[in-house]
Amino acid sequence: MSEDFNDNKTIQAQSSETTSGGGAGVTPDTDYVRPAEVADQDLYHGHSFITKWVFCQDAKVIGVQYFLLATFTGIIGLILSWLMRLQLGFPEVASFMTAEHYYQFVTMHGMIMVVYFLTALFLGGFGNYLIPLMTGARDMVFPYVNMVSFWMFFIAVGVLLASFFVPGGPTGSGWTLYPPQSILEGTPGSGMGIILMLISLSLFVIGFTMGGLNYLITVLQARTRGMTLMRMPLTVWGIFTATVLAMLAFPALLVSSIMMTLDKILGTSFFMPTILQAGEVLEYGGGSPILFQHLFWFFGHPEVYIVALPAFGIVSDLISVHSRKNIFGYRMMVWAIVVIGALSFFVWAHHMYVSGMHPWFGFFFATTTLIIAVPTALKVYNWILTLWRGNIRMNTVMLWCLGFIVTFVNGGITGIFLGNVIVDVPLSDTYFVVAHFHMVMGIAPLMVIMGAVYHWFPLVAGRMLSEKLGKWHFWFTFLGAYSIYFPMHYLGFIGVPRRYFEMYDSPYVTSAVELNQFISTAAFIVGAAQFILIYNIIVSLRIGKPAGKNPWKANSLEWLTPAVPPEHGNWGDKLPVVHRWPYDYSVPGAKEDFIPQTTPPSEVADTEAEKT
Amino acid sequence: MADPKIEGYEFKPGYKGMARDTSSDQTMFKGVHWGKAMMWIFLLSDTFIFSCFLISYMKGRGSTTVEWPNPSEVFALNVGGVPVPLLLIAIMTFVLITSSGTMALAVKYGYERNRKMCGWLILATALGGLTFVGMQAFEWSKLIHEGVRPWTNPFGAPQFGSFFFMITGFHGTHVSIGVIFLSIYAYKTLAGHYDTGKRGWFTSMKGNYVEIEILGLYWHFVDLVWVFIFAFFYLW
Repeated sequence: MSEDFNDNKTIQAQSSETTSGGGAGVTPDTDYVRPAEVADQDLYHGHSFITKWVFCQDAKVIGVQYFLLATFTGIIGLILSWLMRLQLGFPEVASFMTAEHYYQFVTMHGMIMVVYFLTALFLGGFGNYLIPLMTGARDMVFPYVNMVSFWMFFIAVGVLLASFFVPGGPTGSGWTLYPPQSILEGTPGSGMGIILMLISLSLFVIGFTMGGLNYLITVLQARTRGMTLMRMPLTVWGIFTATVLAMLAFPALLVSSIMMTLDKILGTSFFMPTILQAGEVLEYGGGSPILFQHLFWFFGHPEVYIVALPAFGIVSDLISVHSRKNIFGYRMMVWAIVVIGALSFFVWAHHMYVSGMHPWFGFFFATTTLIIAVPTALKVYNWILTLWRGNIRMNTVMLWCLGFIVTFVNGGITGIFLGNVIVDVPLSDTYFVVAHFHMVMGIAPLMVIMGAVYHWFPLVAGRMLSEKLGKWHFWFTFLGAYSIYFPMHYLGFIGVPRRYFEMYDSPYVTSAVELNQFISTAAFIVGAAQFILIYNIIVSLRIGKPAGKNPWKANSLEWLTPAVPPEHGNWGDKLPVVHRWPYDYSVPGAKEDFIPQTTPPSEVADTEAEKT
Repeated sequence: MADPKIEGYEFKPGYKGMARDTSSDQTMFKGVHWGKAMMWIFLLSDTFIFSCFLISYMKGRGSTTVEWPNPSEVFALNVGGVPVPLLLIAIMTFVLITSSGTMALAVKYGYERNRKMCGWLILATALGGLTFVGMQAFEWSKLIHEGVRPWTNPFGAPQFGSFFFMITGFHGTHVSIGVIFLSIYAYKTLAGHYDTGKRGWFTSMKGNYVEIEILGLYWHFVDLVWVFIFAFFYLW
């Protein structure tokens, strides 16, 4: 060990002889970065259409594949939500819809949006594209496994969509799939529908595990020279922590899926108590439906943060770049992400307050739930303090970021309501809950996705998106989303229950009818407004303004590739060497208002750049 | 194990060293092969899978109203008319643990670049795994013959059959996958792919004897899980 130490000294001494001095305060070895520990990565270069674009091992192509497939699935989820809103707002128009259809659409909308859209988009899409580029790696560490990961996801989506075409249709048990009702007759899709759903989820977990291992090891073991963990963009931190959560939470989903499949197919009674169906005693007995709820929410709650943490990370970077300021409290932001991730494993039973539990149990889970508000609030303050006196560019990306902060605070505050047992019990299963989670994990992460698309599209495609269309897209979405979800809080307060096909002659009808019509109209407009983005992308791909290198004047590595869009292997012959964090914006004394991560210290010796 | 030599990097012992490695650039686990780090994290995830299974089992067994079958009777084997409790399981466990030993030796010979010893020991490990799966199949067929099914069993609580077949089945799947991979890697080792640098058929990447150690990690994990299943099903 002492020998290693000496070697270190000699290398520094050698480099001090060869490096010529810079400005004031520069010692000759200022720019020294340790040599590479790991040999350069051996890559398989595709040579045909199939190996380049279909079964491709380039993380960037895989990222785009994930993005496109998740978006396609998301559009199906959007159409399902339209059908639901049509029924709720204008039941006379939706006469073709039965109650069974409605439950099936609710279920598929929820599952698609949470798992197959948001999770796949953030981790599979942004994770694949950005992690290697932002950490300075050539590719993911196991490109082949990464490719298989996407195709497993493809099969999972295929199985999921196949359930629309089997006898009985897709499952209609709600996205939580609670037994016993999910596998008993009378629930729509209790035959093949639920089986295909469970198989699809299992395939998704297997596929995701393959991808997730790639993301984790790339971040941990394949960073470029000079890239320490605390010099990584927060985007990478968010995706990394979310992946850790996924690796530990998806097992519970896999196990509960396997057990429920066996309950359905083989007639085991893991989750099934002694139960009557249409007046007949079934063969089931002795199982525990609550066990399923525990397993499901041990997955389900971290899942919320699997979606939220990448959004937190990405929005931090977007805000920093577009307000030309370093992110306020970078280390705090990192630790907040990690702490939120860790806490998310200790709050799952707050989804089960009305399932029946010991009061002390509820007390415990309410406490842990409210503690999460601390690191989360800290992040919100830091975003606002980053904007504070920044040189803010009021472009589309920034609008989405601001929209995110507003919706996230809104959804977060209602979360504090619902985290308390005593408040949750009357609000449980009302539209207040629907409003809460759509705000906090639907609209808020979606705002970040949109911001990220406008931010990174120039990198992926080499052309800029239209700002004008982008602003229309934002205002329609932002105001429209508020028109949808803000009134829903009120619906919850007056006691309108969620998941109901219609209200019949209950007293709610009179006061909720017009509001429901308004919400539905807004939902149609917001949904349609999303096609502005698709139009924008298609047009910009053809005639968009060429982006050139680093159009946003950003610091992080993904903008510093030799070719734009980056090619396979990302960095040409030489890997980048990192000397600083990615947040040196508007540094006093610097020539420009940004100092890319690869700029050596000797070049900016006279500035007040952060020592990172 | 000695620290690997890394140019320009100084190792420190204890927690300080851990903090130093974590805050350094490039890698967090210094000198650790990518695949090895990947296997450790995969095993952590797999641990959660088996934990979920076993916790569900504890919950199911703890809350059953029908009596749980007595494992010493259910799993007993008749030898010359005398029921010997846990005999088959003892042999199965012995075989599996022994195969862990041969795997550890294979890793050692792999790092010594002793191609033949390494390859044959991996093959021995695969045979051990195959014997285990075979005996498990025998045990399953015996129980099925006696009327135990995933949805019912003549000895008591129906959940006994459900959990037993599901969890040993899931573990047996792990062993079977392990046997398949052991066979592939035994072939790769004996054919000298690690010495000639022949590229893999699927991934078209060059192999290395580290892969034997990674495979070994998986195999030892499968053994360790068996110890827990053994304790929870046969000794409880």
